[in-house]
Amino acid sequence: MLKRYLNLKRGNARQIFFTYMAVIAAYVILQLMITAGVLSSLMRSMLVPICAYMVMAISLNLVVGVLGELSLGHAGFMSIGAFSGVSAAIILQGVLPYAPLRLAAAIIIGALFAAVAGFLIGIPVLRLKGDYLAIVTLAFGEIIKNIFNNFYMGIDSEGISMSMLTDKTRLLEGGRLIIAGPMGIGGIQKLSTFTAGFILTMVALVIVFNLVNSRSGRAFMAIRDDRIAAESVGMNITRYKMMAFVTSAALAGAAGCLFAMNYSTIVANKFDFNTSILVLVFVVLGGQGNMLGSIIAAAALTILPEKLRQFADYRMLLYAVVLIAVMLCKNNESVGEFVRRFAPRFLRSGRKEGKENG
Amino acid sequence: MTFLNFVISGLSLGSVYAIIALGYTMVYGIAKMLNFAHGDVIMVGAYICFYSVSRFHLPPIVGVILAMIVCTMLGIIVERLAYKPLRRAPSLAVLITAIGVSYFLQNSALLLWTSNPKMFPSVVTKGSLKLFSGQLSVSYVTIVTIVTCIVIMICLTWFTGRTRMGKAMRACSEDKGAAQLMGINVNATISLTFAIGSGLAAIAGVLLCSSYPTLMPTTGSMPGIKAFTAAVFGGIGSIPGALLGGLMLGVIEIFAKAYISTQLSDAVVFAVLIIVLLVKPAGLLGIEMQEKV
Repeated sequence: MLKRYLNLKRGNARQIFFTYMAVIAAYVILQLMITAGVLSSLMRSMLVPICAYMVMAISLNLVVGVLGELSLGHAGFMSIGAFSGVSAAIILQGVLPYAPLRLAAAIIIGALFAAVAGFLIGIPVLRLKGDYLAIVTLAFGEIIKNIFNNFYMGIDSEGISMSMLTDKTRLLEGGRLIIAGPMGIGGIQKLSTFTAGFILTMVALVIVFNLVNSRSGRAFMAIRDDRIAAESVGMNITRYKMMAFVTSAALAGAAGCLFAMNYSTIVANKFDFNTSILVLVFVVLGGQGNMLGSIIAAAALTILPEKLRQFADYRMLLYAVVLIAVMLCKNNESVGEFVRRFAPRFLRSGRKEGKENG
Repeated sequence: MTFLNFVISGLSLGSVYAIIALGYTMVYGIAKMLNFAHGDVIMVGAYICFYSVSRFHLPPIVGVILAMIVCTMLGIIVERLAYKPLRRAPSLAVLITAIGVSYFLQNSALLLWTSNPKMFPSVVTKGSLKLFSGQLSVSYVTIVTIVTCIVIMICLTWFTGRTRMGKAMRACSEDKGAAQLMGINVNATISLTFAIGSGLAAIAGVLLCSSYPTLMPTTGSMPGIKAFTAAVFGGIGSIPGALLGGLMLGVIEIFAKAYISTQLSDAVVFAVLIIVLLVKPAGLLGIEMQEKV
């Protein structure tokens, strides 16, 4: 692994190294703050969701930033990961009594289910291009939400039974209804911890960085930059697109499982179009293809609405204004120039860099 | 007769989708952007009409016209402030800005009008037309919705086909650079497109809430997504496509509700969209562009 980094262009290797270091440093500092008791309980409760969103942002950045296709249904994969992972955790309760191991198993199962879904959805989706691809991912996201809202699954001594639309599981005495349609899954053991979130973020980073800096990763970027040229030199476009899409879906599933295991109940409506959009905002704001940017944006934009709480009703309005303003500053010469004139010196170079990435 | 009833209510819902989809499709055609804030313009239009009718006791038609004026202004202002500076920006940046505008409109509505659902008074007199000796009853709202949709379609077809401005619009959507060389004011044409789309959204909002009378700040988002689907379904960028897509989507949705399942109707609608796009990747009436290498 080390050799691969040494072979890279220096700037790229440094950036990857810096990203790992930043995540580790953030983890260590936050852990110290928790032990010292300086972190407010509100912030502590947000650590796991932030980690989950970071993994989501990394995952979506692989599709949007590196592969160059727009996905508007990533919350669907998150949903599949959440429901299958949490169900697995409940079923495995007797088999794996050690909580961290059960969490790991749940996350892996969630990722696997999401990967399979990503593969099945990828077959039709990846034949399309541009905005049409985007709308079909949106459609799949909505379909997944709709199905989970009408899905019932229970377990009893005879095994697992499931049904659609109405609860026809007819569980025996002592059985347990795991997924209850629109009520989702209730009574989840909160297995997710900040450490688990940190490990998952690191794993996601390792997977994505290694993929991006491999032969396949260079193929992704070639396809993004010029599909026809890539095809003309004999690249199997569908295969590479599928590889990126399935990896991304698996990571999203893992993130969904981590996210769900942080709450006592989870419903399908939590993973709707707005969630997909939220993650897309992280990616675009952080800079397409820039993983550190995605991570920072995910953390900042999850904390921002909470920090704006003092403005009460105005906070989401402010959020919207900030979003529009940042987009205008980043992408419009005159607006950007105007803002830069008033910005402190240390921000100036940073903004220019952001513009290149966006 | 129940079958015919479903067809008619499907057409009515589809007409609303078609009117919204027109806004999406025209804006996409000319600005090549997915205007996700369009659904929220519908909601604003419905609220304006609601307040002018129930609070200020204006006649419904005045309410509709007021809603159209406000939404048209809103469309022009949003385009000028948020989208115009991003004319040369990457399309994802424009998309995120549109989402920002959507959040902005929804939350402004939340502050101005609170989240309490309002009962929208129908702008059309209650009652229904009885046909076949009372076996088939069609409410006046349904008739007005379908007729409005047809009238709008005829006007738009005439406008884009015959008038100077309409031709300018088509020219811009085909090639902005060439249109500018021919002396067309591209910026003004894009503003006009947003104005027309938003004005239509106001009508759609009023019609939507006349049939489904709960009005909330989030009322516009789901019909917005559905109408966007309808626009893609018919081939985004094509005006007849928006009509066809909207009507078909409405009928499919009502049929799915009636014959398959109420809860799964959205899934059915989106599944049909996926199948159509797989067979015709540019939508039903969309023209597939050959890529030049």
